[in-house]
Amino acid sequence: MIQFEAVHKRFPNGTTAVHDLSLDMPEGGVTVFVGSSGCGKTTSLRMINRMVDPTSGTIRVGGRNVLEQDAAELRRSIGYVIQQAGLFPHRTVLDNIATVPLLLGWGRKKARAAAGDLLERVGLAPEMGRRYPHQLSGGQQQRVGVARALAADPPVLLMDEPFGAVDPVVRTQLQDELLRLQRELNKTIVFVTHDIDEAVRLGDRIAVFRTGGHLVQCASPAELLARPADDFVADFLGAERGLKLLSLTALVDVKQGAAPDGGPWELVLDGARKPVVWRERGGAGGAEVPVRPLRDTDSLLSALNESIASPSGLVARVDAEGVLTGVSSRSDIHSAAGDAHLRGAGNGATSPDGGAPAPEPSAPTAATPRGSAPDPAAQSPQGLDLPAPADAPADGKSGRGVA
Amino acid sequence: MYELFKDLGAWLVSGDQWGGADGIAQRLAEHLQYSLLATLIAAAIALPVGLLIGHTGRGAFLAINLSSFGRALPTVGLVVLVFLASGLSMWPVYIALVALAVPSIVTNTYAGMTAVDPEVKDAARGQGMRAHQVLFQVELPLALPLIMTGLRLALIQVVATATIAAYVSFGGLGRYVFDGLAQRDLVQVLGGAVLVALVAVVLDLALSGLQRLLFRHRPSTLKSA
Repeated sequence: MIQFEAVHKRFPNGTTAVHDLSLDMPEGGVTVFVGSSGCGKTTSLRMINRMVDPTSGTIRVGGRNVLEQDAAELRRSIGYVIQQAGLFPHRTVLDNIATVPLLLGWGRKKARAAAGDLLERVGLAPEMGRRYPHQLSGGQQQRVGVARALAADPPVLLMDEPFGAVDPVVRTQLQDELLRLQRELNKTIVFVTHDIDEAVRLGDRIAVFRTGGHLVQCASPAELLARPADDFVADFLGAERGLKLLSLTALVDVKQGAAPDGGPWELVLDGARKPVVWRERGGAGGAEVPVRPLRDTDSLLSALNESIASPSGLVARVDAEGVLTGVSSRSDIHSAAGDAHLRGAGNGATSPDGGAPAPEPSAPTAATPRGSAPDPAAQSPQGLDLPAPADAPADGKSGRGVA
Repeated sequence: MYELFKDLGAWLVSGDQWGGADGIAQRLAEHLQYSLLATLIAAAIALPVGLLIGHTGRGAFLAINLSSFGRALPTVGLVVLVFLASGLSMWPVYIALVALAVPSIVTNTYAGMTAVDPEVKDAARGQGMRAHQVLFQVELPLALPLIMTGLRLALIQVVATATIAAYVSFGGLGRYVFDGLAQRDLVQVLGGAVLVALVAVVLDLALSGLQRLLFRHRPSTLKSA
């Protein structure tokens, strides 16, 4: 859908913002450009809709070279969201959203109707449409920014640090909203951020940039976390890289059994067999500790967290309706986490021949909490014993431990 | 002193003074006509210049220095100079008044344009607006409060200075000032001065009220009335 071919960008002052970038983004899915400031990720994004023109190289969107298209018309066909939303302060929210439809000549009535639909789609009440941007909270403004970008239903959406200026709670909400919208709309999204957690959360692919405009690695979040291409990427992913990987693995395969009858802690259920609280056995005055039941789609990381928080060391498992299906023990979760890690990290330290780290035997992708297509090979425990495929990376780095 | 104010009051409200071919009503109309025409001509020159400098960012030096140039310009000197060159006509008056009004319009228009948030301009371009659409749909509306402030200041300055029309034998409220001076009629001089001040204050209040009404939806940082 979007192709970069040997793209260079050098600014008049001599700095190279983007160095020899070649990258192919398929249709649908979220590609996140990540890196520290000055690494060329924003410039790369802005070259897609010609806010910046490359010094050399070719960029194609939908097969067409962007430099051969009229810049204004190209931009109308591509959604664009920026930090601080960049809303027009003199126009109502509804007219802000209707910007591109009006530029495309849809007429005021049709444009406003489309804007009204979008307002609802991003989770804002209809009466918000009559307000002015400064009367909205930062999170609401950002939602309007997304609605404005989507108003003419463009196949491609460019998002330049759109959630960078809102507080963490609102940011999480906006990320959830974006994932929900993306499930409904399946756009081709390019998303720029310097926040690796945001990248792991949102990305189907993550492209890591290094200062000087070099693309270091582009891979799925699980692949990236499991096998960073070099020390730069590993440092960028941070010390909790292994835990981030667990956030991508679902709880579904972890063994579960019936809730124990004995033991010092009792799991109290309500009439519909939904977990309510952990209560200490032995008399009416027993202490109570809140329970946070998990579903199969929740991540191993949340399970690990809950197994530590739970006084019994047990994690209550529930179905989609919140009804108890069983409990998983701390040790089962721990070993599942270890397995997931091993799968991802390529099991270098314990390779059968005891020599050099072995190549990765199976794809590290597992069912993710956000419900993208699960990879059966990665989920089955047998996946561990598969022989190394011939096309697996053979360099020693790919098998590095996670520590 | 008390007598003087009493005479002034009588002069201002007397029906004889207001009517007739050289009455206050007639002089007031002339004065407003000179002022509005001069401000309109100045706006026709200064607005495009200010918008162009603000939009392109080129010639900012001119916009910034024009205001100090305008303050330093001796208006009466200019009138006399053009009067000597052109003879008896309204030209010297209009040229002087326009020269007085242009700097504050250019400077405020430029200031309004540069005050537009670059993120908003970037977003406008990114949504697919062409340069003229960014200018007329985003920059101009957002700069409008400051542009109107410039026009208001220019008009007030011109109203206060349009008395010079009488200096080269034309009408307007300046007639009373210059005639009064010639006839050593202090009441008439004061009467003319008070009327000019009144017109300026009333216009200022009316226009700033209009601005507040027009831009009531703007965030307070963008009103600058």
